[in-house]
Amino acid sequence: MNYQFEFGWLFEYYPQIVKGIAITIQLIAVGAVAGISLGIVCAWVRALGPAWAKPVVAAYVELIRNTPFLIQLFFIFFGLPSLGLQLSELQAANLAMVVNLGAYSSEIIRAGIQATPKGQFEAGSSLAMTPFEIFRHVVLVPSLQRIWPALSSQVVIVMLGSAVVSQIAAEDLTFAANFIQSRTFRAFEAYMVSTAVYLLLAILLRQVLGMVGWLIFPRRAAR
Amino acid sequence: MLSRRVFVAMTAMAAAIGFGSVAQADALGDITARGTIRVAVPQDFPPFGSVGPDMAPVGYDIDMANLIAEKLGVKVELVPVTSANRIPYLQTNKVDLVISSLGKNPDREKVIDFSAAYAPFYNGVFAPADFVATKPEELAGKTIGVTRGAVEDLELTKVAPADTVIKRYEDNNGTISAFLSGQVEAVATGNVVAAAILAKNPPKRPELKFLIKNSPCYIGLSKEQPALLEKVNGIIAAAKSDGSLNAISQKWLGTGLPAEL
Repeated sequence: MNYQFEFGWLFEYYPQIVKGIAITIQLIAVGAVAGISLGIVCAWVRALGPAWAKPVVAAYVELIRNTPFLIQLFFIFFGLPSLGLQLSELQAANLAMVVNLGAYSSEIIRAGIQATPKGQFEAGSSLAMTPFEIFRHVVLVPSLQRIWPALSSQVVIVMLGSAVVSQIAAEDLTFAANFIQSRTFRAFEAYMVSTAVYLLLAILLRQVLGMVGWLIFPRRAAR
Repeated sequence: MLSRRVFVAMTAMAAAIGFGSVAQADALGDITARGTIRVAVPQDFPPFGSVGPDMAPVGYDIDMANLIAEKLGVKVELVPVTSANRIPYLQTNKVDLVISSLGKNPDREKVIDFSAAYAPFYNGVFAPADFVATKPEELAGKTIGVTRGAVEDLELTKVAPADTVIKRYEDNNGTISAFLSGQVEAVATGNVVAAAILAKNPPKRPELKFLIKNSPCYIGLSKEQPALLEKVNGIIAAAKSDGSLNAISQKWLGTGLPAEL
């Protein structure tokens, strides 16, 4: 191998990369919080909600889970303006990620809810809890705890999938890498740096999600 | 080791090339004597040249070739070429003219001659009629779409004020979609791309606001052919003044010839 590595451009272009990292983090922060919230609501509807709402949510989940993320993004960014809804590229990217994660996480959370033993519902009722209180305290938290590792993986997948938002000129980390590549023609180095940053971000995100889980779920006393 | 057969073949080849050069001595005379003019045209570069529904080449360059043949009173023989081999075709006397969206540069001028410009080819800022800007400074605060890494991206980034919002899309389709869906107010792109948008009769019509980089197309001729060059330039000048070149531009590019041409 006689490829000459050249990282001199880092000095000139590092603000682009920092900005890209900030936008990627912002995207996944909003996407994860709003997406999981949406997923919880949808999971509740599908498992325990009113009968009329179930097919609506089912249609949404199937639509999103069976179409490519890039197409959903293009639909929101290039398609919706025709209907009078003009979103900036960051709003569009945020919305697409929330909608996408909402659908996937609702299925994961629903699995957790359906794995709740019937006796726990009955125990809640016998304590005179309202259906909402039962869902909140008896069903949701243990359900989330059960599926938290799977949900964490989905969040990381969505974070990595956010790379495609550069296609609508949202200036995330991938955009920064593409931009630098188109100016310096140091493709190998630009993508090497972005790969390392994505890897770091993913590891960091898993740690953060692990910590969140540690904080919100009741811990069993040491035996 | 050089065998005798190879030596003979090389001598024959050298002779053939020699004859080629001799035959080129008066290209205009040859064309008139032959009754046909051989023109190198593109077939993979719409709207300048592409293959039509009946498999015959069509486009701006083909119309230009027909126009010149008609004015010379000879038949036209279209020779499809690629951008890589169009100059070698001329140098080896396989064609008389190259009408193949050919740009002028010093390297090419060393090996072939160029006519007057016959077709506009430029990068500029395009926007609907209500967008006001006549120079880069007036783009301040406005949102411009561009294809990342293209010439117009690099040039616009250099000349636009710092508070211009430049949105960089992955490819021309992204840039076009962003313009048509109103995500950007204007686009910086080539006139050929703008023509492709105009051809679809969109609600937002990209009109030229100002030029970023101008590199019009010229007809390429062999060196030292003053008679042919003068004739071709005469035809181009006449076609500009009688409006026939403008009509070709309208037909293929959706706009008339710019004043600069």
